[in-house]
Formats: sequence, C-alpha cells, structure tokens
Amino acid sequence: MILNLQHIYKDYQQDKLVVPVLKDISLQVEEGEYVAVMGPSGSGKTTLMNIIGCLDRPTAGTYELAGEDILKYKDREMSSVRLKSIGFVFQSFHLLPRQSALENVALPLSYAGVKKKERRERAARALERVGLEDRMNFRPTQLSGGQKQRVAIARAMVNNPKLLLADEPTGALDSKSGKQIMELFENLHREGVTIVMITHDKAIASHAKRVVQIIDGEITENGREVQDA
Amino acid sequence: MFENIRLSFQGIWSHKMRSFLTMLGIIIGIAAIIAIVSTITGTNEQIKQNLIGAGDNNVTVQLHMGDSTYEMEYNGIPEGVPVITGDVLAEIRAVDEVKDAALYVSREAYNTVYHQNTGLSGGKLYGVEKEYFDVCNYLVRSGRVFDDGDISGFRKVAVLDEDSAEALFLGENPVGKTIEVLAEPYVVIGVVEKSDKFEPVINTMEDYYMYAQRGSGTVFVPYVAWPGLYGYDEPQKLVLTVNKTEDMTAAGKKSADILNSYLSVTDKNLRYEAIDLLKQAKDIQDLSRSTNTMLIWIAGISLLVGGIGVMNIMLVSVTERTQEIGLKKAIGARKSKILGQFLTEAAVLTSLGGLLGVIVGIILAEVISKLTGTLVAISPPAAVGAVVFSMVIGIVFGLLPSYKAANLNPIDALRHE
Repeated sequence: MILNLQHIYKDYQQDKLVVPVLKDISLQVEEGEYVAVMGPSGSGKTTLMNIIGCLDRPTAGTYELAGEDILKYKDREMSSVRLKSIGFVFQSFHLLPRQSALENVALPLSYAGVKKKERRERAARALERVGLEDRMNFRPTQLSGGQKQRVAIARAMVNNPKLLLADEPTGALDSKSGKQIMELFENLHREGVTIVMITHDKAIASHAKRVVQIIDGEITENGREVQDA
Repeated sequence: MFENIRLSFQGIWSHKMRSFLTMLGIIIGIAAIIAIVSTITGTNEQIKQNLIGAGDNNVTVQLHMGDSTYEMEYNGIPEGVPVITGDVLAEIRAVDEVKDAALYVSREAYNTVYHQNTGLSGGKLYGVEKEYFDVCNYLVRSGRVFDDGDISGFRKVAVLDEDSAEALFLGENPVGKTIEVLAEPYVVIGVVEKSDKFEPVINTMEDYYMYAQRGSGTVFVPYVAWPGLYGYDEPQKLVLTVNKTEDMTAAGKKSADILNSYLSVTDKNLRYEAIDLLKQAKDIQDLSRSTNTMLIWIAGISLLVGGIGVMNIMLVSVTERTQEIGLKKAIGARKSKILGQFLTEAAVLTSLGGLLGVIVGIILAEVISKLTGTLVAISPPAAVGAVVFSMVIGIVFGLLPSYKAANLNPIDALRHE
C-alpha cells in the first residue's frame, strides 16, 4: 500500500473560531493505482492534497507513505520525502520563467545532489518521456500551455517518485491540451506510476480508474470497487 | 554554488536598471574608499621619497638633548663629549651596514658668509673633512674640492654648493673669487652639486618648511679651519652612507651606540642619536593616516546605506518570487538551499558593486592625481579587500531577506498572486 491515511482531521483557526476542514478521512491507495479525488470547491480536497503531499500536517490522524509514518518527521526530512517520493503537478504549472525546459526539469535533481552531467541526461530522458525532446532548450514563455504542463510533469517524474500528485492539472488548459495531458497520465499509469489527481471536473475525473468523492471534508464515495480491470 | 552564482547573474541581468541602482550605494562607498586609500598611499609614498631622496641613503648622527637636536651655537660646547677621533671613525666604518662615514661640524650661515655685499639669507656653514663630499654623493661641477694640501696647510679655502653659489654670485663663476666667512677672507676653489638631483614635491606648508632650507645653500670650509672661526674644537656630527635604504635605521643606531660609549656626561639626556629619515617618514605618514581614517569612516556610512538598499531590494525580490520559492520548497528544496540561493544573489550583487566601485575609485584617484599633481598609488590589497568587504555586506544585509524566503510556507507561497 502506497498511501494509508487513517482518521485524518484538519482544523483551521480563523480568529477564535475553529473551522474543521477535514473530518475523519481514511483513504488507502495501492501501488500503481490511478485515483481522482473529486469534490466541489471548499470541500477540503486541496487541504487533503497538501497533507498527502507532505506540505501540511493534519490536526489528528495517521499517515503512512509506502509504509513509513510520515508525521513523525521533522520539516527537514519532510523536504526530502517531497523530493524523493512525491512528484507535484500544479494547475498553473509553476515553471521558472527564465530557465529552459531542460533546466526546469533538472531542478529537483540538483536538490538531490545529482551531478550536472547526469542531471542533463536524466532531465532529457524525462522530457522525451512526455514527448518534448524537440523543445528542451525552450523557455516556458516559448511553450504552449499544454507543453508547459508536460514540462511540469517531466519535472515531477524526473526523480522517479512513488506518487504523482496532480492538482487540477488541466484547469488552465483548453480542452484539446487537457485531453493530451490526460492521455499522458494514462500512459504513465500504464507504465505503473501511482497517480492521485485532484479535480472538481467530472469529465477529467472519469479518466481515472477510481474516483473518490469528497464533500464538506468527508469522503462520500471511496470508489474502491472500480478497480483497474 | 556555481549554479547559484550563474542564476544570480541571470537575475541581475534581467533587472539591469534595478540592480544598478541597488549597487549604486556600494559603488559610491567603495569608490570613495579606494580613492582615499590611493591618495593616502600616494602621499605616503611621496613623503617617503622626499625624505629618503633627500638623504641619498645618508644617515646623520648627532648630539641630542632629550628629543631635540643639540645645537652648539645656542647651547654651547657640551661638557664630557669628546671630539670624535680617527680611531672611533674607523670603528664606525667597520659596522656591517655602514658603507662609508665622514665627520663634519655645522652652523647656521645667516650673517656669516658674504660676497661683497651679498649675504646668504639662510643656509649652513659646514666644516668638513676632505672625504665628506664622496660620502654625501657630491659631484664637482667646477674647480675642485679640498685636498691634503688644503688641510695640512690650513689654507683658507671654501667650496660652495650650487645653491650658495647662485645666491652669492648670481650666475658668475665663483671659482677663484674671495668670500668673507666671519669677516675672514676665503678663496672659493670649487662648486659641488648632489649627484642625483632631488626635487621635493611641495604640496603643503609642512612640505615647504621641511624643504625650504635646502634651497638656501651650504658653504663648506675645511674642518681644520673651524677652531680659527669659532675658537674651540667641538664634537662633530657624523654622516653615514648605507648600501640599502632598509639599513638606514640599523646603521644609525649602531653608530650612535658606538659614539655614546665614549661619552662621560652626567646628564643622561645628552647623547648621540641618528636622525632617522625612515622614522620621520613614518611619523608624518601616521599623521596623515589618522586624518584620512576619518574620511574612510564617512565613506563607510555610504556602504551602510548601500547595504540597507540591498536589503530592501532583496525583500522586494523575495516577495516578487514568492511563488518560485513556494514551488522550490514543494518539490523538495531544503531551507538551506533557498537561504543559499538568496544569500548568493545578495553577495553577487554587492561584489559586483564593489568591483565597479574599485574601478570607479581608481579612475577617481587618477583624476585627483591629474588635478592636484599628487602621487596616487593604487593598492591591490585594498582593491581586493574592498571587493571582499562588499561581499560581506551582501551576506550580512542579505541574511534577513534570505531567512524570510527560506521560512516561507510552501502552501501559502504557491497560492501567492
């Protein structure tokens, strides 16, 4: 089991008021699964993603990533969990504007202390994997939205993470580019990558092999039965 | 590290105007310091050249009373100070650092020397041995200097230096003419000049006082004539030449020690001391240094202001790049990486400012040198120090913004618009 969240609670302090955002969330994801977490805005799905992505800590509950109790880690170790085990894909790409596609993809490798030559090789391979081998030296401003998101996916995959975590990956794209990204996710899933995708879009969620519904901080549908055929 | 430096240059280049304005404070501060230091070093170099050049590696050893020189004409002939004999002189010549040595006596020449109605307005009257001219690097311009016959025959002959010749004879050839020394007639047998013509550069009143006397000229008579002129044998002064300028202090001290060993005075304040030109140069340099230190402090304030400017712009930069920082933290950059990135950026910015400041400072110093005619010496250690110091300013003032960047919460940072 790659993800094992048990009885996760998350409260936010707003002035003197305690606002519960996640209420008793329990979620398990097996290795190689392709899961969509779906819910309307304000449902707590982004908070859940932050917790899964080790960017935030729950108020209560336990979280194991690939069998490891993540919550006992300090911030410094959390950084290296994010670096090695999780690949992030964001709605607004978050590429560094002054760096080439190759340099953007190589960024996590530099944090992992990989040597320069190997960084370039691995970043180039990751870009080939998303079909951008002819755009390696382009800057983000010279790329279309769909291409930018593919660079971001290459960056997420370059460290071979245990989990690919995508937050509205098609939210900023036109439907054609969105479809290409979904095809890319499909391919990655077929290669065995575990994907958790957060979305509010039913059509996008339907690409996943399992849909988890979250409403008002509670899981209303676990989608366990829709296992990959 | 190199990656960070490369990225910093990229960042600076993409905000050329802003980076330049940020660096301006550092540039001005460093330029001012470099210009000041270059001028100080140049002035010191000049003082040293003036003094050392004035002596041609000559060291004068003479009687001192306390801290000032003992002047026979005012203080009288001292008790317990013997006339320096040939044996003692030989002893001094045997000192390692001493190349040659000669004895002489001297008085102020005001109202002493006349040619017809023309007198010397200042200057000195010297009683010298015949070797004196060699030791002090004099060249014979016309006529001759004293020979054995002049000495043994107690001849009333005189040698002029070019300044006294000019003052007394106004361009006429003095050789063969008669001058009056203390109302005694003396025949001029020669004119001498210093082998290397030394022209002191006079910039200030102090320089003027230091060198003005030299222009009034010197009249030389044989030492043996001295008792005839002044009535007594008197203890001589000693002039040494050394091979190396650095030996001046040691040679002077050793010779003074030898002379002091023959003294039988009750007043311990009365003793021989070398007039150490190197030490004089250092004293004057110290004086100019202390006044200029203040100027450097003032320039330092500009650096402080520049540093605050850097901090300000780095804080703006951190805010602008909140999303970038958030992303980097999200994909696994540790705090130390972010801290390092921003510190490098601040350090590169200020180092570049420092480098430009050094260049501007050197240009400024050259301009000052051209305008005022003073010597300017660019000091490489000061230039390197200035750049390193600029880097330190960048790191110090970059700490707060970098710390702020490193501690951003990635969730908030990513959501930042």
